[in-house]
Amino acid sequence: MNIVENFDLFAPRLINKKEFFSAGHRACQGCGEALAVRLMCKALGDDTVIASATGCMEIVSSMYPATAWSVPWIHVAFENAAAVASGVEAGLKSLRRKGKIADRDVKVVGMAGDGGTMDIGLQALSGAMERGHDMLFVCFDNEAYMNTGIQRSSGTPMGASTTTAPAGKVSMGQKTWKKNVTEIMVAHNVKYVATACPSYPLDFIRKVEKAKKVKGPSYIHCFSVCPTGWRCPSNQTISLGRLAVETGMFPLYEVINGKYHLSADMPKKLKSIKDYFKTQGRFRHLSEDEIDMIQHRVNTEYKKLLNKVKCLEAWD
Amino acid sequence: MAKRVGMEVAIAVAEAVGQCNIDMAAVYPITPQSHIGEHLSDLVADGRIDAEFVTVESEHSAISAVIGASGTGARVYTATSSQGLMLMHEILPIASAMRLPIVMGIANRAVSGPLNILNDHSDIIPQRDSGWISIFVENGQEAIDVSIQAFKIAEHKDVNLPVCVNIDGFQLTHMVEPLEFPDQALVDKFLPPRVPYATLHPDKPLTMGAFAMSDYFTEIMKAKDEALKNSKKTILAVWDEWAQMFGRVYKPVETYKAEGAEILVVTMGSMGETAEIAIDELRAAGVAVGLVKLRLWRPFPFAEIRELLTKAKKVLVTDRAVSFGGPGGPVCGEIKAALYHEASRPAIYNYIIGLGGRDVPVTDFIAMVSKVAGEDAAKVVDTYEFLGVREQ
Repeated sequence: MNIVENFDLFAPRLINKKEFFSAGHRACQGCGEALAVRLMCKALGDDTVIASATGCMEIVSSMYPATAWSVPWIHVAFENAAAVASGVEAGLKSLRRKGKIADRDVKVVGMAGDGGTMDIGLQALSGAMERGHDMLFVCFDNEAYMNTGIQRSSGTPMGASTTTAPAGKVSMGQKTWKKNVTEIMVAHNVKYVATACPSYPLDFIRKVEKAKKVKGPSYIHCFSVCPTGWRCPSNQTISLGRLAVETGMFPLYEVINGKYHLSADMPKKLKSIKDYFKTQGRFRHLSEDEIDMIQHRVNTEYKKLLNKVKCLEAWD
Repeated sequence: MAKRVGMEVAIAVAEAVGQCNIDMAAVYPITPQSHIGEHLSDLVADGRIDAEFVTVESEHSAISAVIGASGTGARVYTATSSQGLMLMHEILPIASAMRLPIVMGIANRAVSGPLNILNDHSDIIPQRDSGWISIFVENGQEAIDVSIQAFKIAEHKDVNLPVCVNIDGFQLTHMVEPLEFPDQALVDKFLPPRVPYATLHPDKPLTMGAFAMSDYFTEIMKAKDEALKNSKKTILAVWDEWAQMFGRVYKPVETYKAEGAEILVVTMGSMGETAEIAIDELRAAGVAVGLVKLRLWRPFPFAEIRELLTKAKKVLVTDRAVSFGGPGGPVCGEIKAALYHEASRPAIYNYIIGLGGRDVPVTDFIAMVSKVAGEDAAKVVDTYEFLGVREQ
C-alpha cells in the first residue's frame, strides 16, 4: 500500500493542522514551491524564524502591508539568506545565553530558490554551513530564475529551454549539467543533508523534522515544480514531481553524518526520462539523440548514488 | 578622571566597543580595519565580553549577519574598510530602511583601482545616500567616545538607524595615542541595554523586509529621510549627555580660531589637527584664517555650516575623495548646496588632497591658504584643483 495514494486517510492525523504560510499569497496556480513552503512550515512548527532570499516565495508572500507568514520572517536581499540566518542564529543564541530572551529552542531556517542557493547565494551558504550555525537551509529548486522570467541557472537541467539558454536552430537550450549542490553540502560535512519533493509530502515533512532536530547545520534540497517556467499544465505539479523522482532525474536520499540512505519512495526500477519530459514545454524540442544522452547521464549518476549508499553501508 | 593609556587607536576602538555590552559582532578582515576585528575577537576569546563573534566569509555577509542579529534585538557591531564597504554597499540602504540599529567602524581607505591600502574618503562617499548616520572622528579619543555614543544614537527609540563611525585608516587607526577610557560603570549608566521596538521571535511573529511597490515605496523613502533628519536632535542630546558625564564636548561642526576669520578652511576627519597647526602659523603671520571641521557627515549640518561660513569672505574646502566628472569634491558640493540660498555667500575654493594615503603636511595647508588669500574673491571660478599633482 502506497502511503501517498492514501493521503486523505493519513494526512489529517500526521500533519500539523496549523497554517504558518497562509492562503491568499500571490504564487502562480500549481506552484510546487508554495506547497513545499507550506509543508515545511507545518513540519517546523511555531518555534521557527525564517530568513528568506529574494525570489518568488519572497515577493508572493510579503507584499506590504500584507504578509502570508505567521512565523517570524526576514528578507534582506538575494544572495545573503544564509548570512542573514547566521546573524539571526547568533543573535538569538547570544540573547538566550545572556538571559535577555526566554531560554527556549528556536530553529533558524534559511531559504532560497536555486539561483539564491546555487549561484549568487552559494558563497554565503558555504560560509554559514562551514561555520556550523544551528540552522536549516532549504533550497526550493525550480530549476531556473523564475521570478525574473525563466532565465537559466546552474540548477537548470541539461537540454531545458529557458529565456537565456533558449532552444534554437543551433542550440538545444541548456548546455550544462545541473550543479549538484547537495553533494557540495555533503562536502561541508553538514550533519544532515537530504533531497525532497512536495509530491512526497510525508517524506518531505519527516526530513524537515529530522533536520530540525540536528544541533548544527542541516540542508534540504527541495525539488519544486514550476508550471509557469516549465511550460506544463498546472494540474501536473504533483505528478511531475513524482516522475522526476521515479525517473531518477531527482532521486530522493539522505546523507546522515556522511552516510547515504536512499529514501523509501525510490522505485526499484527507474522509469524512462521520456515519461518526465513529455508534458513539459521546456524539453519539447529535444531530439531522440539528445534525450538518450541525458538518459545515459541520469543512469550513470543514479548508479553512482546507489554505489555511495552501498559503499557506506559496508562501513558499518 | 580616568587614567590615560598609550594604545593603538584601532585596538582602542575594539576596547570601547567591548565596553558597550554588545551581543554579536560579525567582521571580515581587511586592511586597515583588521586590528579592530582581531582585538574584538581577543576580547571574546578571553571572556572579557559575552558576545557571539561571527567570522563571516565576506563583508557582504558581515553586514547581512549583523542585520539578522539586530533583527533579533541584539546589540551588534561590525567594522570594515574600502573594498569591504563597497561590497556591503548593496545592503547598507536595506539596513537603514529596515530601521535596524547597527554600529559600524570604518577605517577609511582608498577604493581601487589601482589597489591602494592607504587613507582617503573614497570608500564612505559612495555610501552617502544609503540612509546611515555618518560621523567622522579626528583623533583616537574621539574614536573611542563616538564608538560608544553611536550605540546610544542608533538604538534610541526616536532614531532606530544604523550609524557608521569614520576613522581615517592608518593615519588614525594605526597611531598610538594617549587615550582615556570612560569608567565602565559610567558607560553602563550612559548606555543601558537595547530596548528593541520589534524582534524576530516566535513569541510575537512579524515580517521584516517586506516587498513594497509604487503604492508604498515613496512613503517609506520619505519616512527614512525624515528619520535621518530627525536623528540630529537625538545626536545633539546624546552629545550633551556625554559632555555632562564625561566632560568632552561634541558638536556637528567644530571650529578652531574661526572668530573673525576672513578665510575659513573646511576639513573632515583626522586632517583637522594638521590644519590647526597651519592655522596657528598663519594667524601668527597676520592672516585672518580659521578652521571649520565637519564631524557630522549625515545628517548634514546645514544650519551650522550656514551660520559659520556666511561670516567669511572666502571658504577653502578640502576633499579626500573625487566626484569624477561632477562638482569635484563631495564635501564641497554639499557646502555649496548649503550656501546657495544665502544672500551673502563667500567665494568657495575646492582642493582635492590626501588621496590614497598621500601625506598632507602643514605646509600644504599654508600653501593652499596663501594661494586663496591672493585670489580676487569677485572672480572666483567654480572649479576644483588636485593639490600637488605631478604632471609628468
